[in-house]
Amino acid sequence: MSSNAKILAEDLSEQKYKYGFVTSIEEDTAPTGLSEDTIRFISAKKDEPQWLLDWRLKAFHQWQKMTEPTWAKIHYPKIDYQAASYYSAPRQKNKPKSLDDIDPQLLDTYAKLGIPLKEQEALAGVERRVAVDAVFDSVSVATTYKKELESHGIIFCPISEAVLKHPHLVKKYLGTVVPVADNFFAALNSAVFTDGSFVYIPRGVRCPMELSSYFRINAQNTGQFERTLIIAEEGTSVSYLEGCTAPKRDQYQLHAAVVELIALDDASIKYSTVQNWYPGDKDGKGGVFNFVTKRGACRGKRSKISWTQVETGSAITWKYPSCILQGDDSVGEFYSVAITNNYQQADTGTKMIHIGKNTRSTIISKGISAGHAQSTYRGLVKVLRTAKGAKNKTQCDSLLIGDTCGAHTVPSIESRQPKSRIEHEATTSKISDDQLFYCQQRGLSPEEAMALIVNGFCKEVLQELPMEFAVEAQKLVGISLEGSVG
Amino acid sequence: MLEIKNLHATVGDKEILKGIDLKVPLGQVHAIMGPNGSGKSTLSYVLSGRAGYDVTQGSVSWKGKNLLKMTPEQRAAEGVFLAMQYPVEIPGVSNMTFLKTALNAVRKAHGQSELDALQMLKLLRGKAKAIGLSEDMLKRAVNVGFSGGEKKRNEVLQMAVLEPSLCILDETDSGLDIDALKVVADGVNALRSQGRSMLIITHYQRLLDYITPDAVHVLAHGKIRKSGGAELARELEEKGYAAFEGEAA
Repeated sequence: MSSNAKILAEDLSEQKYKYGFVTSIEEDTAPTGLSEDTIRFISAKKDEPQWLLDWRLKAFHQWQKMTEPTWAKIHYPKIDYQAASYYSAPRQKNKPKSLDDIDPQLLDTYAKLGIPLKEQEALAGVERRVAVDAVFDSVSVATTYKKELESHGIIFCPISEAVLKHPHLVKKYLGTVVPVADNFFAALNSAVFTDGSFVYIPRGVRCPMELSSYFRINAQNTGQFERTLIIAEEGTSVSYLEGCTAPKRDQYQLHAAVVELIALDDASIKYSTVQNWYPGDKDGKGGVFNFVTKRGACRGKRSKISWTQVETGSAITWKYPSCILQGDDSVGEFYSVAITNNYQQADTGTKMIHIGKNTRSTIISKGISAGHAQSTYRGLVKVLRTAKGAKNKTQCDSLLIGDTCGAHTVPSIESRQPKSRIEHEATTSKISDDQLFYCQQRGLSPEEAMALIVNGFCKEVLQELPMEFAVEAQKLVGISLEGSVG
Repeated sequence: MLEIKNLHATVGDKEILKGIDLKVPLGQVHAIMGPNGSGKSTLSYVLSGRAGYDVTQGSVSWKGKNLLKMTPEQRAAEGVFLAMQYPVEIPGVSNMTFLKTALNAVRKAHGQSELDALQMLKLLRGKAKAIGLSEDMLKRAVNVGFSGGEKKRNEVLQMAVLEPSLCILDETDSGLDIDALKVVADGVNALRSQGRSMLIITHYQRLLDYITPDAVHVLAHGKIRKSGGAELARELEEKGYAAFEGEAA
């Protein structure tokens, strides 16, 4: 590597994390430790019905019998589950009735993060609007456009509220895509989950705006265990985005989420993530441990679930958004950009399980590693005997910046259906000095050049993001202009 | 004016340029000709500031400013443009985005406002048309899947868009058939102006059939061995570089 590329790699690895501030607000925090009492405490805080408490306790008992998975290519200090707190919420005298009642400290926090908590009038020619559910530590502090969405029959609210107001829906679907004991972290989440978003799109409705959730970890030494459930009834479509940030802290923070998506006949769910958890400092100190189970079930015929993720944060990422393609002619997609630098480690990928006839899946994964980071794509394409005519196309590209990082690809393919077609392509490349010099010679600074080249590398994935978020993602990737013309 | 004085440069441990003296007045087109390995490409990289090419002695000034103290992008902002022998591919980045980013970077360096998408589109369409490039090429990724001729024409397009004041063309004629050569030469000729100097680096005389230089210099073994008018190029074409090959410094 030339000196030029080396300087750049260092530059990139010392980029400042802009969302590392702490909101000083009084919070009610549960004592550290995890026991049945902790779970009863959380359940009581949320006024939950008995059935959910029983469900949590069952999950907890199963979790106690499970062991942490070790197959991923990630190394981290042993997590002491008794040393963390499992609930933390800003202290509020009364539950805010409208946005005006929300603690200004919180409004200020979201303003700093660039998340709009004010609703805008629908005006012709104005960009599409975005409804936001803002989750701060263990609770949702605000959800916008609820009323307008309700007029379409759409339910968009914190899951804790859905448990109380729409128990039949929650009961019917919760844990049906990711069973309680699916894996160690999913079981933990099922036991102690606090808040997250609930989306229900009734039959035949196309959601008129983007829905989004913004997860913020603020409290120290507190894990965030969010739970999201999205149900798209027959003939519906919805686009949902989640964003995540956390303050800079020296200690590791645990985040173990579960996301379940259900698409019935002819329904389409687009789920996008721009994940910017604090990645730790340049020596690998601190950062979020992100152990997430995301899974979508294409239960209906011709249904479609599309995952797009831009992963820039977390010290550790363990995440495999997957699709179970049950319905005939259903479609699963996974588009991923994972950027790791310094001592970040990402083990991420997807599972596409083909069950129905003529099911199709597409996987495009772009891994970028800099500094001492390690990035692994881990994927499974499984075609069952029933999935006649199934097709999969997988493309995994890795880009290395500098010579101290690593990229790994672990694809698994299992097919029991001879009449299926599976394609897999993988490449590994480096940003060349030729490319950097070429851009610089045309007037770009090395940073601009790097951003442009990386952006080009990720283009196929970034263009899958909803317009509203593409810009943020491009900036995150360190990008200025790609895609704004032409 | 471009003024190069006693320029010595090394690549690794090897001295490639061994004391170059050269003056190119504003508005003039000078050709540098020489055999393979004479230091032609090294000179173009030293002038544009590529890492790995170390200047050990001498000076280079452009319009009175010391180029050697500047980064490549600062030189670009000062109007230095290198049309490369092997234009580089940048997958996933459209030509249009590349040009827009580059032009706005240079405009910013000059304290000018950035052009928006619409202004840029209009400008690029006009420039592309002027050098006979299809609009389709603006949408394609930079140099990816371009033929040799398309790559060189793309360099001329970039030059036309960025409007540099010092154009260095490094072996722009290499790999071009006669038709492509004419197109490129037409593009370059259209850019000749009072406010622009050009340095055309070439092995063969044939490009100079279409672009008539104000002066020709022979570079061999890292030094300018002979200078003359346009007729020197034809002389070299007839006699070859044999006369200069033996003169190791």
